Parts: sequence; structure tokens; C-alpha cells
Amino acid sequence: MKVKPVNHARAAEEFIKDAPHLNFHDERLWDLRQKRDQQMHILPEWQELRSLASQIKEHTLANLPEYLEQFEANARKNGIHVHWAADAAEHNRIVGEILEKHGARSLIKSKSMVTEECSMRDYLEPRGVVVTETDLGERIQQLDGQMPSHIVVPAVHKLTPDVAKIFAKYYNTDPNDDDPNSLAWSQRLAARPVILTADAGMTGGNFIVAETGSFVVCTNEGNADLSATVPGLHIATLGIERLVPRMADLGVFVRLLSRSALGSPITQYTTHFHGPQKGSEMHVVLVDNGRSHRLGMEEFWTSLKCIRCGACMNTCPVYRRSGGLSYGAVYSGPIGAIIDPTFNERKYSTLPFASTMNGSCTNVCPVKINIHEQLYKWRRVLAEHHELPFVKREIMHMAGKLLGQPKLYRAAVNGTETALQTLPRFLLYNWMNPWSKNRELPHPVKQTFHSWYKENRLKAQKKGKTA
Amino acid sequence: MKIGLFVPCYIDAFFPKTGVATLELLEKFGQDVDYPMDQTCCGQPMANSGCNRDAAAAEALFVRNFAQYDAIVMPSGSCAHHVRDNFDAIPQTDEVRHVRRNTYELVEFLHDVLNVRDFPWAEFPHKVGLHNSCGTLRALRTASMSELGETPFSKPMDLLSRVKGISFATPKRPDECCGFGGTFCVTEEAVSARMGLDKVRDHHTAGAEYIVSADSSCMMHQQGCAERAGVPIRFIHIAEILNGTRE
Repeated sequence: MKVKPVNHARAAEEFIKDAPHLNFHDERLWDLRQKRDQQMHILPEWQELRSLASQIKEHTLANLPEYLEQFEANARKNGIHVHWAADAAEHNRIVGEILEKHGARSLIKSKSMVTEECSMRDYLEPRGVVVTETDLGERIQQLDGQMPSHIVVPAVHKLTPDVAKIFAKYYNTDPNDDDPNSLAWSQRLAARPVILTADAGMTGGNFIVAETGSFVVCTNEGNADLSATVPGLHIATLGIERLVPRMADLGVFVRLLSRSALGSPITQYTTHFHGPQKGSEMHVVLVDNGRSHRLGMEEFWTSLKCIRCGACMNTCPVYRRSGGLSYGAVYSGPIGAIIDPTFNERKYSTLPFASTMNGSCTNVCPVKINIHEQLYKWRRVLAEHHELPFVKREIMHMAGKLLGQPKLYRAAVNGTETALQTLPRFLLYNWMNPWSKNRELPHPVKQTFHSWYKENRLKAQKKGKTA
Repeated sequence: MKIGLFVPCYIDAFFPKTGVATLELLEKFGQDVDYPMDQTCCGQPMANSGCNRDAAAAEALFVRNFAQYDAIVMPSGSCAHHVRDNFDAIPQTDEVRHVRRNTYELVEFLHDVLNVRDFPWAEFPHKVGLHNSCGTLRALRTASMSELGETPFSKPMDLLSRVKGISFATPKRPDECCGFGGTFCVTEEAVSARMGLDKVRDHHTAGAEYIVSADSSCMMHQQGCAERAGVPIRFIHIAEILNGTRE
């Protein structure tokens, strides 16, 4: 079956129609970008940190098998069970088996993009496992049946009245009470009993340390720590690219992560997991799911450096005005647009075009991923693999031919009047309808520059010669 | 120095005054400027759409037109960026490398190559907001970028601040993209138009009477947004102000 490409433009158009949501979304994320800037200004070594982070990641990725094996050996020494998952299906099967072995029917989990990537809930729930998100934003999205719309703030596209309505439906709260404090309180009241009685807990992991066989989880709500420690069975799902070689490297990333993401110096909770508590079990599932394949892509492998701070999304003017859900993918925004096509080239073929390639994403990236340059490169790859709409491809082909032949080009626009009627249509690739929907057309002028030059300069030169 | 003037398609068709101002300005500084009549386009629209191979003919023609000049100057940052950084649909011969190395956007040519700072003929008694296109700002680095926390600098401001009577308005988001983005402006019409509207409103709220830029394509888009939404603001290319246009 042929998968249809995500229609980002149409979804974005819908998002834009709703002014209160659009304005809030734009301003809230711009606020995060500004807070990030303030943090950057406080640290004179900011650019040095970025370079260092980038170098550490590149070094790690270049030696990934060795470091992964080092991590595995050390983690086992620490009493952690280590599993390897080649793809999403294998990941879900492994998690399912661990839960089954323990007779676990309820799983509490803290935010992890990898489990979203693997569609783990869809796998576990039909098998009788109740999965409860404990991160506030993630829980809102879960109740509403939506994917997270942002890597760090998953429900950022929602206003408090939206949350009040969702909570009223599932928690029997007052649908008109949209006070953030009472909403947070109702989530707490609903979540705590689930946490206290859960059979198993699951977290992701922001960083994996090869040298110590440990991993680090950064959150602001403390829910990951509860998920990991209360039930006595902790499963951590970790993308293999999250690795850093040494504990000493970690400082670089911890300093960059929250500053880039939210503009705060550090997350409220930065927890190092070195092994199971007495009487409990700890499992780590190392997930590949296309990462090795991406590592082999000459122009795109550096996207694996990503530490999932979301800074590129916060700064992206397109993301801020289209909302994360418009990308139709687990990873949205600029980083999503260069990662998603590695999962499914056809489905996500439109995403690298959902960008003006202004380059702001590249500038804020704490690990110096050249995001906008990769967007540009993806466009070439997708065009070469024929993932462009037919009309666009044909127009570009024709435009390319015409622009290569000056006589034909000028003949097509022979005489000023024809030129001014033809040029605008031609220059905007005959897509005048979309242009004029929300914009006026450029004003007509009496003469093109080309004909002005001919009349005022070339003629004058000739006159000068004959005189 | 023999200069080849490149006038991009948008400017040729919609903003001929910008082309004239660029030519006259260079001449005011004693430059010997030619406008090769066979020019069409630098190939950027095709390359940006991913159809790089379709840009080959336009790029080859560009090289034929401009290889003989010491410098190629154009009043457009994004075209200069394309030639300099992405002009690779054709084999990289010595001629191609010469063209790529010697291509300049007008402001950087005036600022860095001719080193001019005085425009005694220029007077523009208005409050203007400067729009740095992303092509000039982040690709050609004609000004400092807010994301990097650099020591502030701006080549276009260095030049504009020498114009008599001019004053400046600073928008809240001075270096956010306006949403033009080449074919993006039609394929992602809704986002593009919204970004444009936000941009012109930001400048208008800051008190700008004019938006001035080194890129006509951004201004064409912003002007369209402003006029449709009734935001009372006018647009002018930096070449026209520096050349002494008075409005």
C-alpha cells in the first residue's frame, strides 16, 4: 500500500485559523526562545560548550559499537538487565515479555519519545496492560488521543480551557475551572493512586554513560523518579544515540540541555540511575530502530547528535505558526523534518519543504547540527527519488529550461507589456491563487529593468559612438 | 575593477527602480559597470525546490555572462548566497569558481570591498525598520545574529546610519524570518502569509514608516501582506535610499 505524504500545509492552515491558539502558541514558544537567549548571554563559554558537545557526540557516534558494548558490560556489572532492540516491534515485544514475566498489568511511564516512536502503547494495551503517562503534558495528550506536539512541552498547543474540558471528561472535574493550579492538582489526585499501585515503571533516558554503565533522566515534575522507584520494576527505553563516553562529558550536556530547552539553568530533577534498588529489578532496552541506518547516511548522520532539547522548534517561525501536530510525526519542527524522512521517505517527503530555511534552528542547536543545510539536502534527495508533487516537478523542469536560454526567455516576454503580464505569472510559477489568498500582488510597473537599460544605456552608448 | 551587474528576476519585473539605483550607486563610486543583456536567473528557485539538476542551464548561462568580470554585484542577498554557497549543478571549473568567489550582495560589496561609508547625496527623513533577509543575515552574515549572542554589528546599518535625516525603529523580533522562503510562499501559503503579516505588524508597532531591506523578494511578500491587511507601511530597497531617493 502506498502511504500518503503528510499534508503539512493544510494542517497548518487549519491551525492558523484559530487565532487564540495560534497567538498563544507563537508567544509561549518565543518566550522560551528568549529565555534561552538570556541563559546564553550569562555564559560566556556558550559557543565553546556547543563546540565541545558537538565534538563529543561526533566522537561517540564514530565509535558507537565500542561504547555501546562498554556500556552493556558496565551496566550488567551494576546489576542492570540489558536488552537490544533492532526495531520498534522488537522493542515492544521485549517490554511486553518483561511485563508478562512479572505479571504486570499496569505500567506508569514518564515521557519518552522513543516509546512514542515505537507506538508502544498501541502494542501493550490490547495485551491487557494499562499504560498511564505521568508527565502532565504527556498525560493530557494521552487522554486526548493525540501525539505529543513538542519534544519538551508536549501539550503546548493547548490552552488551559482545553485541558479543563479534557480533565472534566476523564477526571469528573469542573469543565469551567481552567485555573492552572487546580488543573495540576486534579492531575496529581488522579495520578498518585495509579503511581502507588502500579506494577511497573518506565522511563526514557536523556544520556547514557558508557564508562559507568549508568543513565540519566532529566525532568521538571519528578514523575520519572516516582515511575522508576515506586513499583520495584524499572524498564528504561534508550535510543542508542543517547550515549556519551564518560561521566566527565555529562557536565557539558547537562549545562546545555535545559538552558536550550526552557531557558532554565538546569532541570528540577537530574537523576542518575546506576542500578536497581535492593529487591527491585532494572531493565534497559537499547533501541536502534533505524539509527544505525541513519548513521550510514553521509549527509544526514549528524542528526543523531540531537539531545532533544526542542530549541530548534521554539525558534522556528514555521513551527510556531503551524503547531507540532501538523507535522504528522512523533518528531516535529526542524529536527523532525530531517529525522522523519529517515523513517519513511514518502510519508514525510513534504516536511523538508515546510521550512523557509532561514537557519535560525542551526544557530540555536546546542550540538551544532546543521539543520537548515540538511533540509536543503533532503529536498534534493526527495526530488531525485521523485517524492515531489508532479506539477511542481514539471514547473521546475520547464523553468530550468527557459531560464537557461536567454533568447527564449526574452522572446517569451517580448515587449514590455507582454513581459509585465507574463513575468509575474511565470515568476510565481503560475501559482497565483495561493499567493493572492492572503496577499496583494506586486504593483505593475511601466518598464522592466532590462528594457530600461536597453533604452537608457545601450541606446545612449550607440549614440555616443556615432556622434 | 570591471563589475558585472546582476539584476534578479523579481527586481527586473517588479522593482526596476532598485536595479537603476544599484547601477547608479556603483557608478557614483566610480565603478565601471556592465549589465550583460543575456542574463536570466541564478538558478536558485530550482535548486531550492530540490530540483538541482534543473538549475544547471541557468547556472551555466550565469557563468557565461559573468565569468569575464572582476566582481559580480547584485542587490539581492539570497541570490548571492545561492551563487556563493550552493551553485553546484554544473561542474566546478576555474570559471565557475571565479564567479562564485567574486559574487557579492550590494551592501557587502559597498561595505567590505569598496569600503565606502559616506553618501553625501543621500537624505531620507523617515523612521525606517531594517529587514535583514535570512539569506543576507545568516548565510552571508552581513549582521550579527541574535541566536549566537555575538557582539552586535550590522553592515546595512553602518551604511544607512550615514544617510541624512534617517531614524530607526527596532521591532521586537528583529531577525525573525518574514516567511517568503522562495517557493515556500506558495506551497505553504497560510504559514507564509501569517509570518509576513506578523513581521510588518511588528515593524509598524515599533513605529516604522518604511521597511528597508537588501532583498526585494522579502519585501514583495511583506508588501502584499501589509496591503491586504491594511497595515500602513511602505517599502524601499536599501540601494534606493543610499542612492539618494527622497520620498
